Amino acid sequence: MSGAVVIGVAFAYLCLLFAIAYWGDKRADARRSLIAHPAIYALSIAVYCTSWTFYGSVGRATQTGVGFLPIYLGPTLMAALWWLVLRKMVRISKTHRITSIADFVSSRYGKSTFLSGLVTVIAVIGIMPYISLQLKAVSASFTALVEFAAPGSTPGLPLPGADTPFHADTALYVAAILAAFAILFGTRHIDASEHHEGMVAAIAFESIVKLLAFLAVGLFVAFGLFAGPGDIFRQAAERADLARLFTMPDAGAIGDFVALTLLSMLVILCLPRQFQVSVVECVDEVHIKRAMWMFPLYLLLINLFVLPIAFAGLLTFQPGTVHPDLFVLALPLSQGHQFLALFAFIGGLSAATGMIIVETVALATMVCNDLVMPVLLRIEGLNLAQRRDLSRLLLAIRRWTIVVVVLLGYLYVRLIGQSFALVTIGLVSFAAAAQFAPVLLGGIFWRGATRAGAVAGLMGGFGVWLYTLLLPSFARSGWLPVGFVDHGLFGFALLKPYALFGLSGLDPITHSLIWSLIANLGFYIAVSLASGQGAIERIQAALFVDVFRPSGEAGGGRFWRGTAPVADLQELVGRFVGEEAAARAFALYAAERGLDLALQGEADADLVNFAERILAGAIGAASARVMVASVAKGEVVGLQEVMEILDEASQILAYSQKLEMKSKELEQATAELTAANERLKELDRLKDDFVSTITHELRTPLTSIRSFSEILHDNPELDLGQRQEFLRIVISESERLTRLINQVLDLAKIEAGSLDWDIRTLDVAEAVRAALTATQRLAGDKGVTLTVDLEAGAPPVPADRDRLIQVMVNLLSNAVKFAPPDKGRIAVTLAATPEGVRVSVADNGPGIPADHHEAVFDKFRQVGDTLTEKPEGSGLGLAISRTILEHLGGRIWVESRPGEGATFNFVLPRAV
Amino acid sequence: MTRSVLVVDDESNIVLSLEFLMKQAGFDVRVARDGEAALTEVAKSPPDLILLDVMMPKRDGYDVCQTIRANPDWKNVRIIMLTAKGRDIEREKGLAMGADDYITKPFSTREVVERVKHYLA
Repeated sequence: MSGAVVIGVAFAYLCLLFAIAYWGDKRADARRSLIAHPAIYALSIAVYCTSWTFYGSVGRATQTGVGFLPIYLGPTLMAALWWLVLRKMVRISKTHRITSIADFVSSRYGKSTFLSGLVTVIAVIGIMPYISLQLKAVSASFTALVEFAAPGSTPGLPLPGADTPFHADTALYVAAILAAFAILFGTRHIDASEHHEGMVAAIAFESIVKLLAFLAVGLFVAFGLFAGPGDIFRQAAERADLARLFTMPDAGAIGDFVALTLLSMLVILCLPRQFQVSVVECVDEVHIKRAMWMFPLYLLLINLFVLPIAFAGLLTFQPGTVHPDLFVLALPLSQGHQFLALFAFIGGLSAATGMIIVETVALATMVCNDLVMPVLLRIEGLNLAQRRDLSRLLLAIRRWTIVVVVLLGYLYVRLIGQSFALVTIGLVSFAAAAQFAPVLLGGIFWRGATRAGAVAGLMGGFGVWLYTLLLPSFARSGWLPVGFVDHGLFGFALLKPYALFGLSGLDPITHSLIWSLIANLGFYIAVSLASGQGAIERIQAALFVDVFRPSGEAGGGRFWRGTAPVADLQELVGRFVGEEAAARAFALYAAERGLDLALQGEADADLVNFAERILAGAIGAASARVMVASVAKGEVVGLQEVMEILDEASQILAYSQKLEMKSKELEQATAELTAANERLKELDRLKDDFVSTITHELRTPLTSIRSFSEILHDNPELDLGQRQEFLRIVISESERLTRLINQVLDLAKIEAGSLDWDIRTLDVAEAVRAALTATQRLAGDKGVTLTVDLEAGAPPVPADRDRLIQVMVNLLSNAVKFAPPDKGRIAVTLAATPEGVRVSVADNGPGIPADHHEAVFDKFRQVGDTLTEKPEGSGLGLAISRTILEHLGGRIWVESRPGEGATFNFVLPRAV
Repeated sequence: MTRSVLVVDDESNIVLSLEFLMKQAGFDVRVARDGEAALTEVAKSPPDLILLDVMMPKRDGYDVCQTIRANPDWKNVRIIMLTAKGRDIEREKGLAMGADDYITKPFSTREVVERVKHYLA
């Protein structure tokens, strides 16, 4: 078949696809969406089936029998869980206007630009082999179709290799054409919602084409070439070399089978293009329900004839003459069915273009939003925030990204792709994409997962993948020294990339998958548990995990303070998505809410959130946040800031609680001060009273002295008797005055602590006798009888002899004073007690009422007030006595009942 | 007619000196040792003048003064307070209670006699 025909048909087919896409976009603009149908959604997910499926499954089946199945079994199993998992991802993405898997991950972990960049880098590097696979398939199938023309002859398929000059390399042209189409499909304009309805429509159409093409070949082979599938299997079973394909050979193969099933379960969610079609492009989450059975059905249909074709190929061609990957083309060609082969080629082209278009568009969005724009926005010199129209810049970045990604894929196929089969190349990419699974699934189900954990997990898993899959593939192809593959890094056998830590006997893919996922999960969980979440991280985590809770609908989770003119916001949005689109979006917003934005000069919080969401759709959440914040006069309050404000508020609260405590303390101190002040006032008053009383007590004898002195002076004629009488009064009152002054001084000294004490251990009885001697005459004068009973052998105690005598004289003179004249009796006793030495002075005077028992020891308190005759004395004696005894460590008290006399007792403690 | 003076004080020596001074000045002198006794004496026969000590057992001088002033029959009784409390506030208080004069102890005997004579002139 001539190359021109093949190229012409292929080109016509691509133009048809473009027409469908164009039509889809027009319909979308007219709000009559072409893809608002669950079947379209399910078919678009079938972009999963690439040229790898179309050509590679057969190739795989010729080697491992049913070994090709896990790649389709996994997604089938996962589809059963879609209502739980995919629906949640879709809901989250709609709420947060997620544009890519990188955006999703970064949003979940606190809108981290680093994380989105990391995901983007992993995606680009990881998917590169996958894109190369498509290029290889298309160029190989093209070559096969063109060069194998003669019916009946055996197709020899020299794959283009490193030795082929660039200009003669079909893969280069394929790459260029596919890149151009991807640009046409995916980056004709920047859409606020990042929906590519036309592209989805085209992809769905391609899914139908590739299924029909494969079924056509299958039916031809099974029923045209053979007498049905049963015939093929029967013939194959008769061949000894093919019989092994009917069984699972060993445990290792079963292990690989399980591992690949798990792997494909994960990647159906994690591949950037699958995320693009199943999450980002999902127009209605109800469509997931249809896709849950329709997609597995699609997988079943497209795999139906894999084994028959594989066995037919093996039965038809001599081993080594035709690469099994090309049986799909070679079988019709060998029978001369050129048009069927051409149809099969178009099917394979569909599978490849679908994958490349969606994948590169997804990657371009990621590279643009999550890698390039954050960097550009940070470069102040570019002044991007002020640029008039940024939508052209965005488109340019995306177009160049597509070109670069496709070229990288081409380089990979040219440098490495020759050494591996299609399936193996695809699985390398699968293993890379699977690294997203922990952060993705953990992110929507585990609230405690942290940004640090996500970064650690991704880096760990990706690192292991690089070391165990990508680098060895470079080495195998001669681009790196092969030594580390065979002997381990630095010669350590434990570091052999295909047998890490001695784990051997596994398929390299399974081996890498095990180690990378262990590293990924291990770091992800361990670091998440060990690290804390920032405020915004915590909130995003809650918004993602609890997206189905009613409160989770808020999405923005943003507070807005201050003002921003509506016009400014619209202009900002317009710069990224185009002025028309921005005007449309704003008008729609106003219409939905019945507002007239022209009248509303200032935007409210809702409108700002709305504008930010549109921007997020175009440039990612993290960048949108920066843009709105920078343009809206720095008045957008991020959650981070709100949390800081809250922190501050709680600090202020704590501070005010402290203040409250302080003020309570102050109040308490004030109360104490007030009390102390009252006490001082009281003391001051007492001092005034004391001074006043002393004054009175001093003036009284002075009055007598002065009066009689003046009388004596003025009346020299007074008779001697009267003169003697008055002089006696003057002398007696002078003595009283002296005594009083001495006592006041004593008391003051004792109280001030300036009295000299001569304390030594002494015999109390001796001091008592000395006092008795001094007062004997006083008692005798009044006719009072003294009885003394001093117990012998009382222990000596420490005391000041003079002070002790002073106390005894006080007590004795008081007793004499109050004892009735002539009938008075005073008993003095001394006894040893456990406490020390006790001395009592009992009189038979009038006694003291109980309520005065304490008061008698107060200064100037003369209980004699109740008597008609005022007793002589200063009123300080008992006060002084008590002060002395307290100083000596003893105590003094009175026992008395009115009318029965009074007994004053004191105790002096023994020496310690 | 001989004017009568009632000396009221609980200090016997002061009573003695005042009794001597009043008798010497030619007044009829009676004596009371406390407030209650003073009121008994006044009730028996109101004197022309009372030399009234403030600090006394039972009823103090203020009390006695107030009681006497409360009785219109005794409105002509002159009262001179004698006190050892020399503070102004006590002097004010004494005058407020209806005392005619206020003498601080220790007093000049001549001054006391002159004052009494002044009030009984």
